[in-house]
Amino acid sequence: MLSKKELLNLQFIDARARVIDLAAFLDRLERHEGVGDIRLEYFAKALQVLQENRPDRAKAVLEVFSDMTPEISETAPFQGATGAPVS
Amino acid sequence: MRYIEPHAHMVSRTTDDYEKLAIAGCEALCEPAFWAGFDRSSADGFHDYFRQLTEYEPKRAARFGIKHFCWLCINPKEADDPGFAREVMALIPDFIERENVLGIGEIGLNKNTRSELKIFEEHVQIALDYDLPVLIHTPHLEDKLKGTKLIIDSLASFSKLDRSKVIIDHVEEHTAGMVLDAGFWAGMTLYPESKCTPNRAIDILEIHGTERIWMNSACDWGVSDPMAVPKCALEMRRRKYTESQIAKIVYDNPLEFLRQSPRFDL
Repeated sequence: MLSKKELLNLQFIDARARVIDLAAFLDRLERHEGVGDIRLEYFAKALQVLQENRPDRAKAVLEVFSDMTPEISETAPFQGATGAPVS
Repeated sequence: MRYIEPHAHMVSRTTDDYEKLAIAGCEALCEPAFWAGFDRSSADGFHDYFRQLTEYEPKRAARFGIKHFCWLCINPKEADDPGFAREVMALIPDFIERENVLGIGEIGLNKNTRSELKIFEEHVQIALDYDLPVLIHTPHLEDKLKGTKLIIDSLASFSKLDRSKVIIDHVEEHTAGMVLDAGFWAGMTLYPESKCTPNRAIDILEIHGTERIWMNSACDWGVSDPMAVPKCALEMRRRKYTESQIAKIVYDNPLEFLRQSPRFDL
């Protein structure tokens, strides 16, 4: 496996670009009119996970965006997925 | 670099993609039956689709020296209507013995409904009846975690099921561990926007090891990249993986799993 330094040399610029892209996305949302929805709340929770000192942030972020309800419906109320449990 | 593309929906791709795959070193690819991007209006649509998978695509792939295999089922998205699903499943015996059919797949769940679960379990029983491997689709995005748990719970009720002949596909960081810990194979799908990026797939290998796991492009009609596997291999190389470590993931492991089907000859 690569050392931390080698990994930084290889991937820092890419990760930096992704963080800036996220910041720009939040700025964009703020500039635009109208109201958001519950997806923004999940997004805020996911961003908090990034700040936590833990080895499984990716797993934790995926769990933030996951449907954790125990119910199983008979048939699908709608098709497709939105990226976060909105209903 | 030789490799196996274990999950690609070539009916949605151009012939140029076959050429790119061949140039990249793809020796064989496997095409699970799936949703066409729209719901078929009758079981006849699936009859034609199964013919395409078993008659036409193998010839198209062979033009580029690639062996084409397929899996049969009605996909989870259209399985929410059990009556319709059973009409399609009744077609499977007519095709299951064809020479490029590996097993039953990609079955699974889409919106995690009881109707989908019923049809999923009936498919598993078909695979058991014919003693064939099973390829399982796990739901998208917010539905994946719950759906993966439901699938694993459901499979626990099949006492005769050999878990080494079952691959649960599209795992991510929150589902890979539970799939592997339960004794199943795990598939990682490399997508530009959803599922795994190459670097995340490599991370999963570092966390969970390199046994009983493969990676695929699952290229289809959506945002996807038929070259995703060789691109991930390149990323592994950049992260200083050796050629034999890369070969294990992109060739040896798929070969080990797929050889469990009597029709996978490579």
